[in-house]
Amino acid sequence: MSTPHIPPSSADSGRGDGSDADTPGALSPVRPEPPRHPRADGSGRPAGPAGRGKERSVASRLASATAGGAAQVVLILFGLLWLLPTAGLFVSSFRDARDISAGGWWTALTDASQWSVQNYSNLLGKSAFTDSIWTTVAITLPSTVLVVVVGAMAAYAFAWLDFPGRDWWFLLVVALLVVPIQVALIPVARLFNVLGIFETIPGVVLFHAAFGLPFAIFLLRNFFAEIPRELLEAARLDGAGEVRLFTRVVLPLGGPAIAALAIFQFMWVWNDLLVALIFASSSNPPMTVALQQEMRQFGANIDVLAPGAFISMLVPLAIFFAFQRQFVAGVMAGSVK
Amino acid sequence: MADGRPAVIRARPWAVACFLLPALLLLGALVVYPIGYSLWRSLFDAPGTGFVGLDNYREMFANPAIRRALQNNLIWILVAPALATALGLIFAVLTERIRWSTAFKLVIFMPMAISMLAAGIIFRLVYEADPDRGVANAILVSVNDTFSEGAPWPDARPRPDSGLEPGPEESLVATEPAAVGEPALLPLVGVAPPRVADAGQAVEPEPAPDAVVGVVWLDFAPGGGGDPGVVDENERGLPGMVVEAVRDGTVIATATAGADGTFSLPAEADGAELRLAASNFAASFNGVDWLGPTLVTPAIIGSYVWMWAGFAMVLIAAGLAGVPREMLEAARVDGANEWQVFRRITVPLLAPVLAVVLVTLMINVLKIFDLVLIIAPGSTQPDANVLALQLYFSSFGTSPNQGLGSAIAVFLLLLVVPVMIFNIRRLRQERKG
Repeated sequence: MSTPHIPPSSADSGRGDGSDADTPGALSPVRPEPPRHPRADGSGRPAGPAGRGKERSVASRLASATAGGAAQVVLILFGLLWLLPTAGLFVSSFRDARDISAGGWWTALTDASQWSVQNYSNLLGKSAFTDSIWTTVAITLPSTVLVVVVGAMAAYAFAWLDFPGRDWWFLLVVALLVVPIQVALIPVARLFNVLGIFETIPGVVLFHAAFGLPFAIFLLRNFFAEIPRELLEAARLDGAGEVRLFTRVVLPLGGPAIAALAIFQFMWVWNDLLVALIFASSSNPPMTVALQQEMRQFGANIDVLAPGAFISMLVPLAIFFAFQRQFVAGVMAGSVK
Repeated sequence: MADGRPAVIRARPWAVACFLLPALLLLGALVVYPIGYSLWRSLFDAPGTGFVGLDNYREMFANPAIRRALQNNLIWILVAPALATALGLIFAVLTERIRWSTAFKLVIFMPMAISMLAAGIIFRLVYEADPDRGVANAILVSVNDTFSEGAPWPDARPRPDSGLEPGPEESLVATEPAAVGEPALLPLVGVAPPRVADAGQAVEPEPAPDAVVGVVWLDFAPGGGGDPGVVDENERGLPGMVVEAVRDGTVIATATAGADGTFSLPAEADGAELRLAASNFAASFNGVDWLGPTLVTPAIIGSYVWMWAGFAMVLIAAGLAGVPREMLEAARVDGANEWQVFRRITVPLLAPVLAVVLVTLMINVLKIFDLVLIIAPGSTQPDANVLALQLYFSSFGTSPNQGLGSAIAVFLLLLVVPVMIFNIRRLRQERKG
């Protein structure tokens, strides 16, 4: 488990990458002055004994330049290797069933006639699939809102309110961070049966919310606790009560952490298969389950599965590219789930 | 609070309750209560009525399917986190040397954003066995073909009753012995006409006084016509075909057919057996059966590493940012090469980060489910079995035994208890310190 490193009340200025105006993503180099060049001779670095860098021999500079070239080649190869699988899915999703059985997706790279959006229009014409998109949305949005709201309320109480046994309760929450969801599948299925919400959307939402909460409370409490107490005391002197402090001071200042949490939870629920397999209605399933049901005839079904998988990836990918920083922060802090 | 800081707000009890109650209710009903129920349920039989003590746990280690799952989980835990962390470390260190590190990190981290289901579908495509469909085998086959020449005529087969019969392995043996002065006619069929487009017109050789001669040809005239077993016009030779003369099991002479399909063996071959060598027909390399019983788990681990190496890379890169530059520079100035700097300075300084990444991935791998369910085809699913998948089938499959399922769940929980204790102890130390 790693402690989340999201600087309080500085949504866009922190993390030391402000100098890279062109790519201010969380994945860009964190160091203020990244070693942009293999010529690591120390020039221009204020730290370090002066003049020492000049002692480096020509041979060692040459060696590190060569190493830089080798690094480029290795990384290009790995980059291509990492892109290849997704490229295969992308290209396959535009080829009809006959082309798919006739040859590999790479043949389409030199044959424009194989490309068509027919698979997509077929798939989006099926109400079973479009319904599954809406089911996914109907599960994901409420789970995300619920976790953020309930988690923020509890985190606020743990950070700033006074009540007996507060530390012990928080330790319990931390202990629950790593509980595998597998432990809850059988008991909660039984409980939901009794309550009459087994195989319904509210059931799935509640399950996701409950298992999102330990991380939400942990992340937000640590963040809220770093809000300068003078701010809260000032508001208190102005006569604000517990609720006003929460909505007017804590929540607005908690923006960055709440964003990271919301994005993490959204992606987690959107991409979930296991919980949906058990707790969602099999006649009106979310996208992941709908696609999983098509896996049985994999070879004959690629023209359905490839565009379906790609459509299911669109929203997470869009969020990933739009909110790199928050997503990375959330993943780094919440990977224990 | 343990750090002695008083809470700002001496809150009214009902207000505290309002803020806490929703979270405690959800956690209590859906996380804490289930732990207790699973412990209790794991001591009962399938219908949940008969108390069986620890029998479900015994069954877990005795049942061959679950033992297989345990073994595979062990392989997963030992291999997948280590591989992902090693790759993440390499990426994090190497990206420090390039200008386009942000683009590279985006590419490597991108799989973290997609579902394991989508990743599973992506890798089912990658691992398709047919090298004309799966890119993994397509690459293997083309690399293999670059370094070794395939058999020249893998599809060729004899006509029935044409004087050739299957011999040892994939070779073909002539029914008539070789004879000086009597040309051997060795007709084959089954070769697609385009493959002999470059071959010459087949010719029946003239008998030679001091050699065994013959012709190997494609006994098929495009457009019809032609008699079986006779070298007709428009029939092509099969150049490159290796003909062996065999006496008493040893090869005494070898010849290779020319462009017109003719070959010539020395006179010693007289009376020997004529054989078309197996190497002419050996099936070509068709790639690896990725999703077969032996490779299915490594193949799925490969897809996991594809997803999670980016996670390791980002965490390690953040740790690397905290490594003092001057230390590395000083070592370089003192004559250390890059490998020594990496091995002696960077890695030891990163050890705490590497440990966090490894442990996090281990917890994650323990619960691996989606990738195995999606990538392993039904036929090899038992070979790829893991605990979380077994738990799903035991609990919600066709003949469920929720006692056994609960036992597996409790076992998974037990495995993460050390991490739970570590988290709590670290938190308490932070509060005190």
